[in-house]
Amino acid sequence: MDLGKKYIVGVFDDDGVLLKGVKQVRSKGVNIEEVYTPFPVHHLEDALGYKRSRLPIVSFLFGITGTTLALILQISMMVVDWPMIIGGKPFFAYPDFVPVAFELSVLLAAYGMVGTFFVRSDLKPHAKPRIFDLRSTDDVHIMAIDLAANSLSEEEISVILKESGAVEVNNKEFED
Amino acid sequence: MSEEKFVITGSAKKKVITTLIVGVVLFVIGIIGVSTKAFTPEGGGHHASVAVQNNLVADHHEGHGEHAAETHTDAHASEGHGHAEAHASEGHGDAHASEGHGDAHGDHHGHAYSWTKRLFSNLWINNVFFTGLAIVCVFFLALQYLTWSGWSALLSRVMIAFGQYLPIAGILMLITYFVAGHDLFHWLDSDLFDPNSPKYDKIIAGKEMYLNPIFFIARMIGYFTLWTLLFILIRKQMKLEDENGGTLHHYKIVDFSGAFIVIFGISSSMCAWDWIMSIDTHWFSTMFGWYVFASWFVSGLSAITLATIYLKKAGYLKDVNENHLHDMGKFMFAFSIFWTYIWFSQFILIWYANIPEESIYFIERFFNNDNVYTPIVIMNLVINFLFPFLFLMTRDAKRQMTLLQVAAFGILIGHWFDFYLMIMPGTIGKHGGFDLGIFTLEAGLILIYASIFIGAVMYGLTKLNLVAENHPYLEESKHHHT
Repeated sequence: MDLGKKYIVGVFDDDGVLLKGVKQVRSKGVNIEEVYTPFPVHHLEDALGYKRSRLPIVSFLFGITGTTLALILQISMMVVDWPMIIGGKPFFAYPDFVPVAFELSVLLAAYGMVGTFFVRSDLKPHAKPRIFDLRSTDDVHIMAIDLAANSLSEEEISVILKESGAVEVNNKEFED
Repeated sequence: MSEEKFVITGSAKKKVITTLIVGVVLFVIGIIGVSTKAFTPEGGGHHASVAVQNNLVADHHEGHGEHAAETHTDAHASEGHGHAEAHASEGHGDAHASEGHGDAHGDHHGHAYSWTKRLFSNLWINNVFFTGLAIVCVFFLALQYLTWSGWSALLSRVMIAFGQYLPIAGILMLITYFVAGHDLFHWLDSDLFDPNSPKYDKIIAGKEMYLNPIFFIARMIGYFTLWTLLFILIRKQMKLEDENGGTLHHYKIVDFSGAFIVIFGISSSMCAWDWIMSIDTHWFSTMFGWYVFASWFVSGLSAITLATIYLKKAGYLKDVNENHLHDMGKFMFAFSIFWTYIWFSQFILIWYANIPEESIYFIERFFNNDNVYTPIVIMNLVINFLFPFLFLMTRDAKRQMTLLQVAAFGILIGHWFDFYLMIMPGTIGKHGGFDLGIFTLEAGLILIYASIFIGAVMYGLTKLNLVAENHPYLEESKHHHT
């Protein structure tokens, strides 16, 4: 994705038009890199043909890691390393370990998901985000099309964008 | 497609009546079998273990004696569990233990066990379980209105239909109480409150202000009257909304929902103490109301899901799609975990504190009573936690009707057994094990109650349009997307 530097940016001012536009642009064989919207637009990910997110799998794996870590931590401390009699319970008092195991599973699953999401969204430290149009955080929807990923020419894509309901078509270049 | 109305077709009617007949037949076979002793009424297969234990326990047939003996004989105790200590301290019969809880279930030493007692306990389980299903569905509806939820507008008429069972539930429960109360509730024995009687029980006598028959019946009638009243008020506004439109009726339903939730918040805990916790008269748990509510709630959500899927497969509710089912599936998933959370919270506090009069509740279920409840305890946790947790975890399971049906059925069956575990050890103790004859009777009773319940819900569905055409959030619900 770092290959392309030249982008064509379509600006849409209505989410309904955007949804139809996305479908129309894709049906003409244009490859859309990303769409930025100021609020969640339902069905947009279907229209863009995104595959289902794999974030739940990450969450499950991190959760399992948390459970395992919590159990190792507690058993090695409370049973192996420094056994103590607490409340007349056996050293390996497994019901006691459940709350900590539960909490650590939740903690790691949550942090793991957030971290993974940041990394996958290029929000990691020192990453330079590509801002196509600042108005995408305010009142317009932005459709970014990477020229290098498309066989069509710049003019053809501009025409398709205009036909699909874009109120503006801009060019944007990035140096990196 | 306006004015969509549910019609009870001949085949649906036939199915419900067939279920009822099968239930009655099984019930009659069970009764004949048990009363003629063709089946063993004592809980077959446990005679051997009873004999062994009688040898070991010798003449100590009082509660403490049994616990003490088990400390040495019970395989679990020798594993060095925390429970071993609990047994032991009870066994030594310190003053507290002997007056505190020694006979939390002592009544079945007093009265001879007969299979009618198990029949009555079964009636009670079904009463409590199905009442809970009905009331929790109305609660869920009230919750949707009070939180201004849009997604559920299409399902609101399915939820309200369950309230139709409430008046029937009230009548059935009152009848069961008058017929079977003395076999279920230890505290109904008036000698317990008489200081001159040898059966005088200081602890139970101290609860007389709350646990007396008149107040108990008054409360029971009170719960059902209030619940039914608010259910009728809400439904009336729905009917007016269908006829007149506008948002006035919606606001009124929101008001009634607020009142309902306040009343239900108090009464759901109180009826759990009354109907279930008071069976183990000495024992108490401050989490019990929540525990019963959690069990009811997840069952009620499963029932709503099943009804929605049934209606959808019958060709109704065309606008309900997998997105709505997905949300119901999420609720089932989440509240299965919530139930486990409550179950475990109650367990770990009692286990950790290890106070005899509290831990007796779990000892009765895990080890005592000839271990007849041990497999049910394990099954309870597997079917009510592990099964929905793993089964409903994937997105597909929550969006496909058949898979959701499997999960909902599993949860309903699992929570019936949860109520079994709450009620049976307190009423019939070690006679609560599996037995073919009794099981025929039990299965028959479940089918009878289920068919009455389903019949009532179907009748409730015919009362209003299936789709709330004038609901202000209907459009939002139609475009719901998860």
